[in-house]
Order: sequence, then structure tokens, then C-alpha cells
Amino acid sequence: MDHGHLHIDRSTGTIDPESRTARYGTDGGAMPVSVYIPTPFRKLTGNRQHVQAEGANVGEVLADVERQYPGFRQLVFGSGEEVPAHINIYVNRQEIASLQGVATAVRDGDEVAVIPAMAGGSGDGPAVNANGTRRIGALTPEQVNRYSRHIIMPQVGPSGQRKIMESSVLIIGAGGLGSPIAVYLALAGIGKIGIVDFDVVDISNLQRQILHQNDDIGKPKALSAKETINAYNPDVEVVTHQVPITSDNALEIIGQYDYVINGADNFAARYLVNDACYFLKKPLIDGSILLFDGQVTVYLPDQGCYRCLYPSPPPPGMVPSCAEAGVLGALCGTVGTIQATEVLKLILGVGDSLHGRLLLYDALAMEFRQVRIRKDPHCVLCGEPENPADKVTGLIDYDAFCGGAFGHTNEEEQKAADAAKAARERAAETLNA
Amino acid sequence: MAVEVKVTSVLQKVTGAKVVEGKGGTVGELLTDLDARYPGFKQQIMQEGSLHRFVNIYLNDEDIRYLQQLETPLKDGDSISILPALAGGA
Repeated sequence: MDHGHLHIDRSTGTIDPESRTARYGTDGGAMPVSVYIPTPFRKLTGNRQHVQAEGANVGEVLADVERQYPGFRQLVFGSGEEVPAHINIYVNRQEIASLQGVATAVRDGDEVAVIPAMAGGSGDGPAVNANGTRRIGALTPEQVNRYSRHIIMPQVGPSGQRKIMESSVLIIGAGGLGSPIAVYLALAGIGKIGIVDFDVVDISNLQRQILHQNDDIGKPKALSAKETINAYNPDVEVVTHQVPITSDNALEIIGQYDYVINGADNFAARYLVNDACYFLKKPLIDGSILLFDGQVTVYLPDQGCYRCLYPSPPPPGMVPSCAEAGVLGALCGTVGTIQATEVLKLILGVGDSLHGRLLLYDALAMEFRQVRIRKDPHCVLCGEPENPADKVTGLIDYDAFCGGAFGHTNEEEQKAADAAKAARERAAETLNA
Repeated sequence: MAVEVKVTSVLQKVTGAKVVEGKGGTVGELLTDLDARYPGFKQQIMQEGSLHRFVNIYLNDEDIRYLQQLETPLKDGDSISILPALAGGA
């Protein structure tokens, strides 16, 4: 390797801006490239995100940036002799440690990015956070690569990525909504994902549930979910809860997580999860789907709940389930992805959440609308009901509350199985007609 | 008053369309008008004269529970949305 191309002087730790001119005079190798400047260093570049610089390799380009913006080297590289361990340099998204280091050649139009990893990875304190996730110190070079599209966004950055990696999220249901939610949260690097689902994968799930594939038929959904999540991202700790969520276990399960996302398929579970989140003060990201319609919102602790919006469930049979009425598979992706987006925004503390708004998605009209939702001062759960005796003070029998509607009683399971059988028969008749 | 009424896919079974026109000086009168033209409409969303508690009606983007409920007055050009709770997730 021709180390003569290096313009970072390893003996003095300086970049020699003068040598650049001489070089270009001899081989004419000057190539204009775009250099990405991360947020913390932009005060030096007049808040410019990208600056143009010239050089035949990374070292020369950085020397040119130093020439244009004196102090750049000191700010980014400190006074050490080597590129510090917490700084990664990329050429067109590829880390130069895997190329030829600062001698990596650049060409016209390339992008060089200087990305600081973590400011001071802490070696102190416990290795595990209070929520059970691993404490993240400095990101590894592989993690910086994996999450680089997050890290380069000023709204995320290394500290935001670390927040994501130290968060825990519980997903209720590994079905239509739970699938896209789990996949995107896995890719984002959520530290711990809990999956509540007691069901097994059925072939009729595969029209929409992207966590599961043909080979998973018959496998517990929570297990199939765990395998898919870890195939996407082995860093994610997946905890499976292969039980129906009930008044007996809801507080214990939900209590282990920072955020809850609801992808349940029945009213009993929706009211149960809402009530448990209220008692435990957990943010709840709620989404529901049917046919071509979706509804999404966010409930923040003490600022309203599902019961404020819908005080009581419909009588059994009044609102059909997806098994009875059907659902467009791709609709799950739209709604679930919005739910995943909302939890990531809450974790990062950026933007405006859907709190106080119900987002309505009509896939047939291809229209999004929103309506205002309020904390009901007379809510039986989170408010002061007009009749104090109505106040809900603990988890209740939700199957009874929902009149057994889509609950998990044997009778209702039989009813759901009958509905699914009828749907299969209708589908077969349609085919044969 | 002629207003636009948006319904979800479930109620579309009764109305035949997701957006229908309706008339009435108040939300209650509007529902009566719709029920006359789409028999069974009220039965889907009301019981004994009041709205089911799993159904919300929005005037523009505000829940009529926080306005004057079924007495909420309407004016030309208003938009009404009728939204039942959905439980589907799988």
C-alpha cells in the first residue's frame, strides 16, 4: 500500500493541509467529493450538513476540510495520533476500516461521512438497565454500520440509537398488526421485545402476517416471531409469553416493559390491556383494523385511555372480527408501521405523537383523516364517573364485560372456529361458482 | 341542512357507500333521515334512542359527546363521521 498518499501525519497527529496542493500538482488526482458533517461539528461549517472537499483518498479529503475549516481536525479527531475509536469514517456508507483506512481512494461524486459513535461509553454502573435491557456503552463498529441511517439523522444520532437499544416494548399479538410492528422494531434495534400470543401459525395467517412463513405452520406464533426477529437482528432480546393475556397475568407481563403496542384481535384483550396500562402508567400505542379501515392512536399515562374513546364494547356479534369479515393484508402493514413509528418517536422524544388524535385510515378511499379525542372526565377508569360505584379500581373479568365477544372462552373459541370454517367454505364456494 | 356523512366499511353494508348525503338540523335528525333511506341504519349504531357506547359520531373532527350530543346543530357543508370501535388486529 502506498502510504505516501496519507496526509494524516501519524507521528504528529496532524493533517498537513499544504501537502495536498503539492500532490495535486504532481498527479492531478484531485476529486471533488461530498463530506457529511455530523450535527455536533456543524458549528464549524456554518451549519452545513455537507461540504465539498478534494483529495484522492480519505486522508487528503479530510486534510482539505481542515484547510477550509481550520479546527475541524482538532474538534473531530482530538489530539491523538490515530483516528479515535469512537469516530467512524465511511466512504459511500462503507466503513473505511474494512477498506484501506485513510488511504482509501475516493472518486468524483463519492460521499465521505465522519460519524462519531458514542461520546464516552460508560464502563461504570450495572450492565443491565432497570427495564432488563443491556446497558449500551459505545456502539460497536458493526452497530454503527447497521444503524447508520438512523445515526446520521439529527433527530436520532448516536444517543437516540442508544435510547432505542435500551428500550423494551411489549407487542400484544403476533398477527396482522404485531408482524410489521415486530419487524420494524427489530430492525430498529429495540433492546427487548416481548411477544404475547398463545396461538399457532395457521395457513390462513400467511395472507398478511409477515412474521410467519410457510414452514412455520403449526408452530407457536410467539416462537415463530422470535425466530424471525432474531433472523433480522440477533441483537434483540425476544421474550415470548405463550399465554392468553388475562386479568391474572396482565400486570405481571406488562409491568416488565417500557411501552405497550396493541395488536390484539378481540375487545376483551383491548380493554384488559388498556386497563393494565392505566394502572401501570405505561404508554399504549393502539391500532385496530377491519376490512379496509384502520384506526390508530396513542394513550399516554394519565392523559386519557381507550375507555374515554369507547366506554364499553359492542354486544357480541355487532362488530365482526377479521376472521368473520376479512381484512386486506396490506392494510396491516400500513397501520402496524404507523404504530411502530409512534413508539420510536416516543422513545426518541421527537415530533408530535398521535396522543389526543385518532388517525383514521380508509384504504378504499386511500384517505387519512384524524379526529380529536379527549380524556373523558367521567371515564369509569381514568376519570370520576357520575356514579362513583362504576369506578374501575382493578382488573375485571373481561370476557364477562365483553359478553364473551371474541373472548377466549371455549364457547367463543368454538364460535371463532366456526366463523373461520364458514369463511373457508364461502371462499371455496366462490371459487367453484 | 345537507351534510356529508362518512361511514366505515361495516356500516357501508347498510348505506351501500362510504360517503352519503344526509339532511337534518341536528345530528339526531340527520340519523332519522338516514334511517328512513337506509333501513336498519339506526339499529347498527343506536339502542333505545341513544348511541351505542362503542360508536362515536364526529362533527368535523370533534366528538359530539363534547358538543350537544344528538342535539348538536348542523350547518351546510358540515362533515359527519360515524366510527364504531374496531377490535381487529390479527
